[in-house]
Parts: sequence; C-alpha cells; structure tokens
Amino acid sequence: MAPHDLRRPFKRPAISDQQRRRELSLQRQAQNRRDAQQHARCLASTLLYLQSPHPESTSEPEVEVEVEVELETETEPEASASEIDIRQASKLKGSQARKWFARQLMLPEWMIDVPDQLAQDWYVFARPAGKRCFVVSTNGTTVSRLRNGSRLHHFPSALPNGARNRDASGSAQSYSILDCIFHESDQTYYVVDMVCWRGYSLYECTAEFRFFWLNSKLSETGACDPPSQYHRYRFSLVPVYSCDQPGLSAAYTGETPYVKDGLLFYNKHAHYQTGNTPLALVWKDENCSQYVIDTDSKGQIPSQQQVVLELQDNGSLTTSDDPPVVFGCLDGGFMQKSGLCSGNLLRFAISNGGLSFADGKLEKADLHYLGKSNRARAFADSYSKVMFQYMARHSPIRYDDLIGSISSSIDQENKPSDVQMDD
Amino acid sequence: MAMEVTQILLNAQAVDSTVRKQAEENLKQFQEQNLPSFLLSLAGELSNDDKPVESRKLAGLILKNALDAKEQHRKLELVQRWLSLDTSVKVQIKACLLKTISSHAPDARSTASQVIAKVAGIELPHKQWPELIGTLLSNIHQLPAHTRQATLETLGYICEEVSPDLVDQDQVNKILTAVVQGMNSSESNNDVKFAATRALFNALGFAQANFSNDMERDYIMRVVCEATLSPELKIRQAAFECLVAISSTYYEKLAPYIQDIFNITAKAVKEDEEPVALQAIEFWSSVCDEEIDILEEYGGEFSGESDIPCFYFVKQALPVLVPMLLETLLKQEEDQDQDEGAWNIAMAGGTCLGLVARTVGDDVVPLVMPFIEENLTKPDWRQREAATYAFGSILEGPSPDKLIPLVNIALNFMLTALMQDPNNHVKDTTAWTLGRMFEFLHGSALETPIITQTNIQQIITVLIQSMKDVPNVAEKACGALYFLAQGYEDAGSSSSPLTPFFQEIVQALLTVTHREDAGESRLRTAAYETLNEVVRCSTDETAPMVLQLVPLIMMELHQTLEAQKLSSDEREKQNELQGLLCGCLQVIIQKLGSSEPTKYVFMQYADQMMALFLRVFASRSATAHEEAMLAIGALAYAAGADFAKYMPEFYRYLEMGLQNFEDYQVCAITVGVVGDICRALEDKILPYCDGIMTQLLKDLSSNQLHRSVKPPIFSCFGDIALAIGENFEKYLMYAMPMLQSAAELSAHVSGADDDMLEYTNSLRNGILEAYSGILQGFKGSSKTQLLMPYAPHVLQFLDSLYMEKDMDDAVSKTAIGVLGDLADTLGSNAGPLIQQSVSSRDFLNECLSTDDHMIRESAEWAKLAISRAISF
Repeated sequence: MAPHDLRRPFKRPAISDQQRRRELSLQRQAQNRRDAQQHARCLASTLLYLQSPHPESTSEPEVEVEVEVELETETEPEASASEIDIRQASKLKGSQARKWFARQLMLPEWMIDVPDQLAQDWYVFARPAGKRCFVVSTNGTTVSRLRNGSRLHHFPSALPNGARNRDASGSAQSYSILDCIFHESDQTYYVVDMVCWRGYSLYECTAEFRFFWLNSKLSETGACDPPSQYHRYRFSLVPVYSCDQPGLSAAYTGETPYVKDGLLFYNKHAHYQTGNTPLALVWKDENCSQYVIDTDSKGQIPSQQQVVLELQDNGSLTTSDDPPVVFGCLDGGFMQKSGLCSGNLLRFAISNGGLSFADGKLEKADLHYLGKSNRARAFADSYSKVMFQYMARHSPIRYDDLIGSISSSIDQENKPSDVQMDD
Repeated sequence: MAMEVTQILLNAQAVDSTVRKQAEENLKQFQEQNLPSFLLSLAGELSNDDKPVESRKLAGLILKNALDAKEQHRKLELVQRWLSLDTSVKVQIKACLLKTISSHAPDARSTASQVIAKVAGIELPHKQWPELIGTLLSNIHQLPAHTRQATLETLGYICEEVSPDLVDQDQVNKILTAVVQGMNSSESNNDVKFAATRALFNALGFAQANFSNDMERDYIMRVVCEATLSPELKIRQAAFECLVAISSTYYEKLAPYIQDIFNITAKAVKEDEEPVALQAIEFWSSVCDEEIDILEEYGGEFSGESDIPCFYFVKQALPVLVPMLLETLLKQEEDQDQDEGAWNIAMAGGTCLGLVARTVGDDVVPLVMPFIEENLTKPDWRQREAATYAFGSILEGPSPDKLIPLVNIALNFMLTALMQDPNNHVKDTTAWTLGRMFEFLHGSALETPIITQTNIQQIITVLIQSMKDVPNVAEKACGALYFLAQGYEDAGSSSSPLTPFFQEIVQALLTVTHREDAGESRLRTAAYETLNEVVRCSTDETAPMVLQLVPLIMMELHQTLEAQKLSSDEREKQNELQGLLCGCLQVIIQKLGSSEPTKYVFMQYADQMMALFLRVFASRSATAHEEAMLAIGALAYAAGADFAKYMPEFYRYLEMGLQNFEDYQVCAITVGVVGDICRALEDKILPYCDGIMTQLLKDLSSNQLHRSVKPPIFSCFGDIALAIGENFEKYLMYAMPMLQSAAELSAHVSGADDDMLEYTNSLRNGILEAYSGILQGFKGSSKTQLLMPYAPHVLQFLDSLYMEKDMDDAVSKTAIGVLGDLADTLGSNAGPLIQQSVSSRDFLNECLSTDDHMIRESAEWAKLAISRAISF
C-alpha cells in the first residue's frame, strides 16, 4: 500500500535519445530482415535454367520444351557457367539479352483439332494484330523485346519500377515481365499474359491464376492510363472469356479497340512455359484475321503452300517441334550437289501430292525444294503451323466447328465464367 | 527444536559488523538446517508480546522475504516451497500471524498484516485458507480500535496482493462494507479511518459490481468525498488518492459527481497543504489522461456500446480549471530547476495545464493568453516564468493555425529573454519553450514555417550563446537545438537550411561536452544527444564534416579507455561517457554507411573503430556494453561480408552478451546484432553457428532471462536459417520442438490483459519469423523433405491464430507470409495439407481484402506461392 509516485515528467522530452537509438536500431534490423526475407522469396522461385531441360521432362511434353536448338548450341559456353535467373536476365545487355529473351516467350501451337472440354478448361480471347513482345520493367525503366529478343522500345512506364519518378514500393531491383502485343495504330501494349510481377514469378502458376492476377494488378499501377511524361505508352488488358458459347461468340464477333488477328485459346490449368505448347492454341479464319493463309515476301499468296524445314545430319527434314516431326529426306547426293549441310533451314513447296496421313500421323509429304530460307529465320516451322496452313487451303476448322464442339457438351455449359476482363 | 532466536535477531541489527555478520550466518544456517522450524520460530517471535519490538519486526520481515521476491523465478521457487510445507506447520504460522494483528505493538501488527497478505497471495489462488477473510471480518466490530486498524490494513494489503477474480462477490461486498464503515463519520478513531481509506484505495479494483450499482456507488463516493474534508492531513491525502484511482478505474461513472469533485479539488488546490493539493491536481491530470486516450482511440467519434465514451469533463471545467492551474504556476520554488527530485504545486499545475491543452486543443488558448500577456514582462521573475511556462505548456494540442501567429510574435521575445533575462529560472523555461515551439510547430509537415531564412541565423546564434549559460539553461538550449535539427530531417539528400551552420553547431556542441560542469543537469548527455540528432538529420552536403567527426570521437573514446586508477565514482562517469561516445559513433556509422560514396571513405576507420568497441567490453557497465553492441551491429550492416575478419576476436563478446541475463537489454541488443551479422556474412557465419545456437537455446530455456528477449531470439533463428540455408539441418531437432511448444503456448491467451496480449503477439511474431526464415533457407535445397514432418504443426498454428482473432497487424502479415513460404519451399508435397487448412481459405481471403498494404502484399505472395504449389 505504498502511496503511488505521482511525479510526472517535467520539462523533458518523453523519450531518451538512448531509447531512440535502440528503437532506430530495431527498426533498421526489422527492415533488413524484411528485405532479406523478400529477397529470398523472390530469388529462388524465379530460377530459370538456360541449360537443357532434365532428361525426364521429355516424357512430359507440357513441362518444358526447348525450341531453338540452334541458339542452344550457341549459348552453351556462357550458360554452362551458371544458371541465369530473371533478375540477372533483366540486367543483361545486347546480344546476351536478345538470346535470353528470345527463348522465354510461350508460343501457342496452331489449332489443328478442337480440344475436348473446350468450354470447361479453356479461355478464349481475340488476339490483337501486332508485334508479340516481352515488356520488362525494373530499376526505373521499361524495355520491350520482340520474339527474336531484339529491342523494340526503351521507355518510362507506370509499371512497377518502370520509371524513375515513381517512389517504388518495395525494392527498386524488383522487376515485372509482361507478355504483350504491341498494336501500332493506337500505340498500345495489349497485355496477354503476366510472367513476373514485382519480383514474384508466375511461371509456375496456372493461366487461371495469371489472368486473375493480371486483371487485379495491372490497373492498380496506372499503366492503363493515357500516356504522360513518365508513361510513354498505354497498356491495356484484353477481354478474356471462358470458352463457352457466349464467350467464344464474344471473342469472335465482339468489338475490340484493336485489329484482331485470330483467336487465342489458353488452357486454364497450364503453367506459363517457354517455347511451343499445345496448351495454348491459335486459330484464325477470314472473319477475324487478315492473315489466314501465309503470304510470301512480296505479300502474295503463293499458289502452293510453302514450308520451312530444318535439315538434319541424316538428311531428314524436320519441324521445330520437340521431338521433331520428319517431313521427308534429302538424299546425300543432292545435299552435296547443292552445298547444304545439317542445321540449314530450307524452304519447300507442297506440291500436288499434298500430305498423306495414316492413323492420324503424317505418312508422306510431296515436297518441292525452293531454296534456303530467309537468313532472318531463326527456326523451322512447327508441325501445327504446317498442318493449320494445309487445312486452311483444303478443309479448315470453321467457327461452326468450334461452336459445335462446345454444344456437344452442352450440359457443362451453364457454368459461370471465372474470369471476365474488361478494359 | 527450541532455539533462542530473539538474541540472534537483535544481533543481526547490531552496530558492530562482526556481531551482525555472525548473526546473519546463524540465521542462514538455521534456515538451511530446518526450514519449518525456522519459520515457526520467526512466527512465534513475531506474535509474542513479551519480545522486543525490534526482534519481532525483523522476524516478520524475514518471514515476508521467505514468501516473495522481486525476481520472477525466485518468486516461483518461494511459492513452491511454501506450498510444499507440512500443513500443520502452515496452520501454526498462520495462527501466529492472525494473533499478532491484535497486538499492542503497532510495528508488529503492521508487519504481520503484510505477511498475511503474502500468504494469502500464495494460498488463495490454490483455494487454500478460505476462512481468512471471514476471520478478519469478524474482527471488525467488537474489538479495540488498534485491532480494527490492523484488520483494515490487512484487508488492504490482501486486496493489493490478490487478483480480484479470486474473491467472490459476497466477500467483496463484506470487505467494502467494512472498509467504508471504517471511513464513515461514525468511526471516531483517526488511525482506523486512515487505515480504512488506504484499504479502499487497494480495494477499488474489486468494486466493479458495486460501482455499477447506483446506490452503492453513491455511498462510496459520498464517504470518499467526506474523507477529503477530514481534519487529519493524511486522511485527506489518502482520500484524494482514492479519487485519483477512481478517475482512471471508473471514469465512465464520474458524471454525477464531477461538479462536487471539482469544488473539492479547487478548494484543496487553493487552500490545502501541498501533499493534498498535489493529489487534487493529479485528479485532473488523470482525467486528462483518460480523455486523451479515449479521443485518440476513437478520433473523437464515439460509436459502439462497449466502448467508453468521452464525457468532456475537462472541456466543461475549462473556464474554472484553467485559472486555477494558472494560479499554481506562480508558486515556484527557488531552485526547482537544479533539483532532480523536485515536485511541487507549480510543476504539477504546469504539467496538468499541458495535459489540458492536449485534451481540449484550441479552446485552451484564449483562456491562457491574457495571463501570459499580463505577466510576461513583470519585474517579479515568478510572473515572467509562470507566463513563459504557461505558453510552453499549451504548445502541444491546439492547432498550428491557432498557434503559429502567436509563436511568430513570441519567438523574438523569447530569443531576447534567453539572452537578457537576469533570472536563471526564467531562462531555463524560455529555452524549454523554444524547444517546444520547434518540436511541435516546426517541420516539413507544416505549411507556414516559423523558422525562415531571415530568423534562422539569429535563432542559432542565440541557442549557441545560451549553451554557454549555467548547466540547466544550457541543457535546455541543447534540447531546443535537437528539435530544430529534427524539423529538417526530411531534407533528404537535398539541401538543408542547417548546412551553413553545421560546422558552427557541431563545434559548439563539442565544446559543451568538454565543459567542466557538463556533468550537472545531464548537460553532457544532452549535448551528445543533440549532436546525434544533428548528424541524423544532416544531408549529403555535410557528409565530409560528419566524416571529420569520426577520428575526433574515436580519439575521445580512446582517451576514456586509457584513463588509469580511477575512483569508482570516476569510473562510473567514464563508463557513462563511453556509452555516449559509442552511441554517437553508432549514429555516424548509420549515417555514413547509408550511401555508397561516404561508406567507402568511412570504412577506412572500421578496423580502429572495432578495436575500440572491443575494449569497451572490458568495462563492467551495462549501458556501455549495450551502446558498443549497437554500434557494432551498425558497423556489421555497413561492412557486409567484410565484417567476417572481425569475427574471431568479436565472437567471445558476442557470446558474453548472449549470456548476460541480468542486463537483459544487453542480451536483447546482442540477439539483434546476431541478426545483423547473419545478413552481413550470410553463410560465412557458419563456423560460429554452433556456439550461437547453443547459447540462444540456453537463453530460451532459462527462466531467469527477461521474457521480452525471447521473441527476438526466435526471430534470430530465422535470420540464422536464412543465412546458412540447409546447413540449419543440424539445429532442426533442437529448434523445432522449442518453436512448437512456444507456438502452442502462444496460440491461446483467453482472458489475458493488454500487456499479456501484446507480449503474446510479439512472441507469435518471433516464432513466425523463425518459421519463415527456416522455410526460405531450405528452399531449393535437396533437403526440404526434412521440413515436411513440421508442416502440419505450422499450419495448425496458423489456423489456431486465425480462429483466436486476436492477432495484431504485424502478426497477420508474418503469419500469412509463412503460409506462402511453406507452399513455396515444400511445393506440391504440402499442397494437400495446405488446401485442408482454414488459413489457406478464410484467413488468406481476409488478408487479401484488407486495407493494410503490408498484409495484402504478404497475402498476395502467399496466394501466388500456393497457386504454384497446388498446380503442379
């Protein structure tokens, strides 16, 4: 029952400087701990290997597909030294950067048959016509890189850490990578996928999640706002639909602010994977694309379909797929005579004999040699591309076929669409 | 065993130290040989009216010390020891104690009262001694006054010792009835009345139900108010103490009485003796505290039923309260500014005025201004000082709009007064008031600056001049400069208005630290603190000058370490100075280490600096150790991996710090420094981890270490794991069970008070940071499967935290992050487990939709990581 001390602090700051030092130290330590934690969370989860995929993954075509065999051999000496993670890659310059980014885009196959469960497992959206590219924002600047890795634009943007003026929440080194199509006429980047966001990798996330994330995150940044001093190009979301009847119809016939170039179909459960994948598909017809059938270098549609194939050691002519599909064989004499060697990309026309199939597999192709392909070409055509073009000339998959495939499983159809994206 | 303890107890108080020591030794032996008999002898001695008061009193004190100790672990030991005593022994001792409160010797009675309360504090929680309160209450009516007095005193001590929920309402009612009767006018004995009033003070916490009953509350309040008018000073003082306690415990019940209480307090402040007047002022300070808390918590808008509304008592009393307080300001004591322990009515009144200003804001200003204007220029120093103090007091609370015009007028006057007023007391308060102006009305947040291009030169010149004044004035001038500098802390890397004066200010502060009389009025400390703040708030422009400080301060530190043959007094001062110098170096390290170019130049001093810090550890001062440790942490952060070269020498001091249980602040700081070193060295810390982990695990198992150190130790596990990755493997078998049991303990805290909840949350945060670091540390390694067995428990912990609904924001953020780390590291292996947990659904969704940016960011991480884990 001692009387309590009623003296109060008098003419004194409420806190001593020693206490302040202590607290500032604790704050600094807490902040450093958060940074270390954040660093760890971003770091290992974004490791992407430049080396060949592990052997076991070949049995699972969805896991990882190597596209550019040619590049592989070229980069091997550098890459073998270390694996490059995205943070390092975002700092790469010049040819190094070109090589790295050329291998990172997910490339849809062409739709040569209609997948089952289209309405249940797939999204659809109208592909904007334009240049497919990666947009990387980090360290106060933004760079876009084309499919072959070369730089398209270098600019300030409202993306995270995309311009110098913005006070970055989080580390300035954190980076974001978007999969975009640059649409010339309105100078807009249409974002079709999100690969990394504020340092977090979305490679191993499902398309469903990536679209959800893209939809909720992009507009938060102000990247969808009109251009300004620190935001040179506008970014825009593409409306994505569940691939049921109304969704497909909306994607096919709906008004878009951009010129359409076909429809893209994404499997909801598929991860983002570099290179060709059958879990993303492209399909076109004359109503939704100006470029259904390939043109030649003069912009004319050649009378016969042309394909580019890669010559192998044994003289076989293959597609860029993994494993490659063999379309034919050159005899050794011809090779010697024309000075061709393994690895060359060669252009052929498909002659009147066309393509013959047995049990759904290519059995024979009537190829007519035209010459070496354009030097800018990095790799051969994929099987699905050749097939799509072939079908486009003979018996294309029509819009009605797509609708028909959905209706055949009509009982599943009245599911609500999970993701609706609007501008 | 019959032993003559009386003589030994008397000898133990002898003047002759040989006799005393012998007696103390005897007592110790007795206690060790036969504790029950020892305690019985003491109780017998205490209760025996034939024995001398001195031996009885000491017997009681030793008994009391055998039941309670300050240190928590010792206290628990004593409690266990008492509980395990033979029942018949305890019964005899308690009987002796109860008998003693009827003794004619007041000292014996009072000592017995305290011992009874200690026994009650141990036994009542174990449902033992149920008849105690009944027995005491039966004493109340019939017995002589001195027994009634002792009984009331005992009840008071029991209320102080025992938690209210251990006494049932029926007994509470009886206690309160007895106590209030003792205070009543029908009681004629003043000693009984006083004991009753003090007992009420302790019993107020038990009176929750009674204060909710209008009739009972009215009665209690009437008796308390009557007691404030008692002719006996100590009763009046005790009664006001009750009012103060009521104002904070039962604020929401005060409304019907506030007018009467105001009249009572006003009369006491004006007319009564100082001890009573101080309590009367304290009543209003306490009401201010309550209203400030309420208004802060609700932002002025009261809503909801369970919350306590603000009754605006202070605002209503304002027109009479403020003049009453202003009047007290004129009652200063001559030398109160030199006397550290001073507390008088002028000081209490001024402090209360400051609280009133914080409570009501703008409304206080027009009531105070006339007083200031009237008195500020009077010949009597008391009037000038009171006016200045009044002005300084109201600078926190009212809006800048209201204050800035006044400050703009007053500033010049104050600067002149600080130079020219003949009275030290006035100058002290003037410098303090300038400091308050800069603290509350100067800084980047304010639109119209009071310090401008035109007056900054004059302000700094005056403050530097004033730093040469007597120590108490100079100390206040340093304080003013501290806040002046702080106002420019947001200048960042751009130009600061202080830059042109930087050199001059630093020079002046260093000169102050060397003053002969710098030990008075904590002047030296204030000068170093101000120097630290000036450095903290400096910009890149002045970095070269900060760099010049490094060898200077190092030299000073070196000199303190060289000093030989000091008296213990001098050594203490030397240690204090070492602490200040290490603190200053710490601030400089952090400043210069924060930008690459300055860090590069400054690191040339790192070797020398480290050598000095290590020598500081040779001193025995906890403060110096703490400061050196903090500075080393800052150095490790700045040095990064280069810090490795200091580890061989530094390690033993690190270990020493981790073993310092007594000075737990040192231990806590050292734990933080381990974290700094982990981040600086990363896997290079591995060779030291066995030792560090052993020590940390020992710390955790110790019940001597202050509990506040335990959460940072858990966080430190995370730091270590993150630094050494899968090498943490060998510590898993020790660390994980500790984390698990701590997690289980901290998951549920039903019924705990705010302090306990706050501690529990910091413990949870530490545990979660440990999990986070361990999980992330193992990520990508081939040994992640080692963590699988722990995953269910981690998820269970997260789930139970979510269900408990009492996490604070920091814990939510860390917890949801751990969910992400678990998914990230264990991947698809943990997928099914994660999907089963409540956390991955409800908790995650809640966090995703919160307004708190940090929590949302962690939640997004978790969502992302989970999405990856379950999509494989």
